[in-house]
Amino acid sequence: MSIKVRYFASLKDQLGHAEAELAVNGPLSAREIWQQLNPSVSLPEGVLTAINLEYAQLDTLVNAGDELAFFPPVTGG
Amino acid sequence: MQIVISEERIDPWQTLSQYPAPAGYGATAIFIGTMRDFNQGDDVTAMFLEHYPGMTEKQLLNIVTAASQQWTFEDCLLIHRVGEVKPQDTLVIVAVWSKHRGDAFDASRFIMETLKHQAPFWKRETLVSGEIRWVERNSNGYSQ
Repeated sequence: MSIKVRYFASLKDQLGHAEAELAVNGPLSAREIWQQLNPSVSLPEGVLTAINLEYAQLDTLVNAGDELAFFPPVTGG
Repeated sequence: MQIVISEERIDPWQTLSQYPAPAGYGATAIFIGTMRDFNQGDDVTAMFLEHYPGMTEKQLLNIVTAASQQWTFEDCLLIHRVGEVKPQDTLVIVAVWSKHRGDAFDASRFIMETLKHQAPFWKRETLVSGEIRWVERNSNGYSQ
């Protein structure tokens, strides 16, 4: 089972891709997932995260089958 | 209530005139956000509005629902543009129909300010120099 990870806006540009997939054996926090997928990139200050389309914290646990997203502060309107 | 993410150009006045107004309202508060041709001291020639499909709609619905729990209104129309936009294009419409102006004003401002703070949209500007940059400045959200 795996977790689908999505990146948006400047974060997507910085990483060079919009999506990633991480195979997991159990729940991991959003922060741990970032570190596994992007070991050479520090989590940017102020980064926001969402699990299954709702805001979450970096310490929130993510389960297999969930969709996790990382993105910079929003600037709509 | 209607929430729309639009990839097409929006004519705010035509949209509002064609929207079926609810029964029993006495006040309509309308906010229209328009793309500027300047930002942070630079001339801007174009902009791309990215969003997170699925989360955007969910967050906008959460915001309008939260407004309806604090103020009484008959109906709300919320439209946000995405994709390539040009200066003078309409970016957002918030319209609230209520029995009284207080609820209409307050609910519309809450929706707009909370949208700017929470809804997953991001602006990427093209400057007159050709430089392309993401807008990084966030809004603080609603405060009374």
